[in-house]
Amino acid sequence: MPATAQRIWGFRRENARVGVRNHVAILPVDDISNAACEAVEAHIHGTIALPHAYGRLQFGADLELHFRTMIGTGANPNVAACVVIGIEPGWTARIVEGIAATGKPVAGFWIEGNGDIATVAAASRQAKEYVHWASEQVRVECALTDLWVAAKCGESDTTTGLASCPAVGNLYDKLIPQGLYGCFGETSELTGAEQLAADRAATPEVRAKFLRTWQAYQQEVIEAHKTSDLSDSQPTKGNIAGGLTTIEEKALGNLEKIGRQVRYVDVLAPAEAPARGPGLYFMDSSSAAAECCTLQAAAGYVVHLFPTGQGNVIGNPIMPVIKLTGNPRTARLMAEHIDLDVSGVVRRELTIDQAGDRLIELVRRTANGRYTAAEALGHREFVMTKLYRSA
Amino acid sequence: MHDRRDNVGVVVVEGLAAGTTMLCVVTADDSDFRLLAAAAVPIGHKIALADLKPGDTVVKYGHDIGRVVAPVARGEHVHVHNLKTKRW
Repeated sequence: MPATAQRIWGFRRENARVGVRNHVAILPVDDISNAACEAVEAHIHGTIALPHAYGRLQFGADLELHFRTMIGTGANPNVAACVVIGIEPGWTARIVEGIAATGKPVAGFWIEGNGDIATVAAASRQAKEYVHWASEQVRVECALTDLWVAAKCGESDTTTGLASCPAVGNLYDKLIPQGLYGCFGETSELTGAEQLAADRAATPEVRAKFLRTWQAYQQEVIEAHKTSDLSDSQPTKGNIAGGLTTIEEKALGNLEKIGRQVRYVDVLAPAEAPARGPGLYFMDSSSAAAECCTLQAAAGYVVHLFPTGQGNVIGNPIMPVIKLTGNPRTARLMAEHIDLDVSGVVRRELTIDQAGDRLIELVRRTANGRYTAAEALGHREFVMTKLYRSA
Repeated sequence: MHDRRDNVGVVVVEGLAAGTTMLCVVTADDSDFRLLAAAAVPIGHKIALADLKPGDTVVKYGHDIGRVVAPVARGEHVHVHNLKTKRW
């Protein structure tokens, strides 16, 4: 069946985007508002607080990234409505206004002059109204290809490049030409495969933008701060235990996620929403799982595909993270974390084409409401990317 | 192994013992051949498909994944003790 004919049941939001979850998010503007947000979450059933470590005295590009991540998270179609709590009204209002542009219900509260208790009381009353409203939203039939589906791999090993990443690539090759939005990132982790990655850009302009982005990460992050050849960080200890040896080998396996044919149409800044229509996008990001997933969710992606070799257990509070592995040992020892076992590929029992079809079917079921392993296990890693020290 | 040009392959079974005759599959064209494992190599780890000497380039996916830093014979384990990145 052509993917455009495959249907899912999703939440069609005010801005016409399709969500697959129906969260009422309680979003702290800053670290010192986490306690108030968590108090609202504890008080009002059906809400989810998103505590994080930052939001004070940031400036310049780092502050812009903070706002983009906060607004993007609240604006994500998996969020039905949002309560924002900050220490003071100025930055709180900026985030509320950014989220309100989607048309979804959002309200801001601030603590200075009110104290935690009165703020929590007022925010709880609003959150309760949102829960009543959100819980009456009804799923409607949508095209599978209305989804925005991001990908990133973690605790990779050599089976990642043999089976689980190619399965994701096969899904992208099948669905992106029919209208899906895709996303891959992990700037430093393409080192050794950067020319191959550059060759997959849709135009010379996008290719040049990719190479500039990759080179900047090398110079400003890796070369500026390294004290060794990164042999304990990239590849990770887990990667090495799983048989990966060098960054080049890891990068070539990583790049299998983008399939054989599809080309990326733009290079996104961290947490930047894609704006060139359906297609595959590259996002400049760290290769750390929680940071990358948080940025992709903030860009508007509603489902995540996460190939793992040794068994990364990552989840995200608002975006279901589908875990797949091609390692039979991991599928056995870490079974509760794995949504799709594609280890049949390395036993020659399953083709990449069949693995891709199984993944498409699991995306459909996940979009319809099936909890992923990470959701069932309560994984909610929400980790902001910080570009440099605060003022 | 991924590509015919590769000089390393990946063990995809658990408990491989030295002296085992391995079925080796090239994923690019699904062809296969046999090779004797010279060492017990864990699942996921690599085995040399040719004799390699320091300075040689290790090829996987048909591409350069680093340089050999200690001699390794055909059928032996290739990992961080004899293969290093050319980057960083």
